[in-house]
Amino acid sequence: MLRRKRDLRHRGIGGNSLSNELRNDYRPSEATIARLRDRAQFVRLETIRLIEIAKVGHYTSVFSAAEIFSALYYDVMKLGQDPKEPSRDRFLMGKGHAAVGLFPILADLGYLSAELLNGYTRLGSPLGDHPDMRKVPGIDFSSGSIGHALSNGLGMALAGRMQGLDFTTFVMLGDGEMQEGQVWEAALGAAHHKLDRLIAIVDRNGYQLDGAVDDVIGIEPLDEKWRAFGWEVQVVDGHDVAELTAALRRAKADRSRNRPCCIIARTLKGKGVSYMETEPGWHLGYLDPVDADAARAEILSKVI
Amino acid sequence: MNVSINKRPQSPNSWHYRELNQKNPGLDHLSNGLISLVEAGHEIMAGSADLQYSNGLNRFAARYPDRYVGFGISEQNMVSAAAGIATTGMMPYVATFASFLGLLTCEQIRMDVAYCALPVRLIGHHTGIAMGFYGTSHHATEDIGTMRSIADLTVVSTADGPQLEAAIRASIDHDRPIYFRTGRGREPDLYDPKADFVFGKAIEHAQGEELTIIACGLPVHPAVQVARRLNAAGRSVGVIDMATVKPIDRDAVLEAAARSKLLMTIEEHNILGGLGAAVSEVLTDEGIGKRLIRHGIRDEYALIAPPTHLYRHYKLDEDGIEEVVRNAIG
Repeated sequence: MLRRKRDLRHRGIGGNSLSNELRNDYRPSEATIARLRDRAQFVRLETIRLIEIAKVGHYTSVFSAAEIFSALYYDVMKLGQDPKEPSRDRFLMGKGHAAVGLFPILADLGYLSAELLNGYTRLGSPLGDHPDMRKVPGIDFSSGSIGHALSNGLGMALAGRMQGLDFTTFVMLGDGEMQEGQVWEAALGAAHHKLDRLIAIVDRNGYQLDGAVDDVIGIEPLDEKWRAFGWEVQVVDGHDVAELTAALRRAKADRSRNRPCCIIARTLKGKGVSYMETEPGWHLGYLDPVDADAARAEILSKVI
Repeated sequence: MNVSINKRPQSPNSWHYRELNQKNPGLDHLSNGLISLVEAGHEIMAGSADLQYSNGLNRFAARYPDRYVGFGISEQNMVSAAAGIATTGMMPYVATFASFLGLLTCEQIRMDVAYCALPVRLIGHHTGIAMGFYGTSHHATEDIGTMRSIADLTVVSTADGPQLEAAIRASIDHDRPIYFRTGRGREPDLYDPKADFVFGKAIEHAQGEELTIIACGLPVHPAVQVARRLNAAGRSVGVIDMATVKPIDRDAVLEAAARSKLLMTIEEHNILGGLGAAVSEVLTDEGIGKRLIRHGIRDEYALIAPPTHLYRHYKLDEDGIEEVVRNAIG
């Protein structure tokens, strides 16, 4: 079982389709790569800190997406001083339970008072397990019920086109989320309407609450599904900030493809803390301070 | 054997639904209201889930193709996308059958529209039992109940096409999410589309001491006719159109309770959870021990029949309403 797990997690997922025509020559500078790694590490460390306050949380769902968050917010997305700037790029997350990893970024960017992080999930806090756009500046859409976000993003992309606004909408989806029917309604609709400013990122970490996605309700061949739905597909290593950034930048810059783009990011659920990478039970959990310290030390000790 | 192939049906009585829609546009007031909003320079759009000929939005789409989105048969996707559209400052009006909006997309309405407080306008048409023999899947006798229990959502039930048009035009100044519940647009007209529609304000048609009918939607018109007839014969029956079911006009309920011996709600909806429930909540809150007769669909699935037959069967047409009112007042 364990072996199968690792096979699933490593490179095999989404498989065979790292097509060369989709690669471009862009490579971020070494300084940028270092910075994006540093910010991903910051996301993991802050997640551990905030979950200590709540005493329960989704560590591993953030850890698989830490590089995606970092690449988007510190390199790819166009952000404004004002979190409501009309021409800003948008970010939505279908897997809203990873919001604990995004809140520290919003504070780091100055949209959100860093003080507020200290009261994460406490009575009356704007910051809960799922993101609320009415309470948290910088959150572009609320979520929590899996399956809605791609439709929300589709609406934003449609409205951007109707109003002549220049922005790209990024929607991060969980791989378990692929089991929701509404995702495919949105996938059909976005392709039909040729929404080339809509980019989906599937965090293909391989696990959902009940177990391996492919054991619960299989979703492969995922790249072929998105292609069949009329999307351009790129498959990348979701922890390689250089590869991720290149794919996202390319997807954002390409105005000729006339269709939306899906980036399948192959990731490890729990990436960064070794025992979380091999135990799906960590989808939801709590680290006692002594373990939290050890996890922090492990994260600080390595370069992802 | 020679078989002649006709290009068109030979009888003028044969028809297809697009033709019928052109001849008898039904809900043309919806498009009229939306077109007038675009003409007035408002940033709105309209969308529908494969029912543009049922709700008449094909007319809006033909006039402003850049402001119309056809979502296909994907109601949940349409509601969530409308919420996304509303985040950019554009006001979306999306329409499909009330049975689908009120039940299939209930969670998208709660999470993406109401909880996010986005000014999405949801138009649930062919509500109640207007779909007749299409059956329970197409009947909407729970939508007031579901929509009314969603916080921050305004719920409006219009009695005819002109009232819908007036409400659509008025909605441009309303910054909250709204669920409009409306019929087929083939009801007899009671209202003037140019009249002002005021959200949250009941419309009084008659005052009465014996009984006040508080109705919404399709039964308003027959109720007004019945009251007119009874009052001409010396009885005293009032009628209030509670077009905004939520927030309900509490003052109108309390005034009716003070004036009349009896109250009766009439709705094309389950008597549980709908207008009758909303009125009884007001009375209970205020500690008013007034008899309230809730008339509507009595917690059951409606039968299959042509709509007019169903309205007769469930005593929601003029004769039926007259009968239940006479039974009540003796």
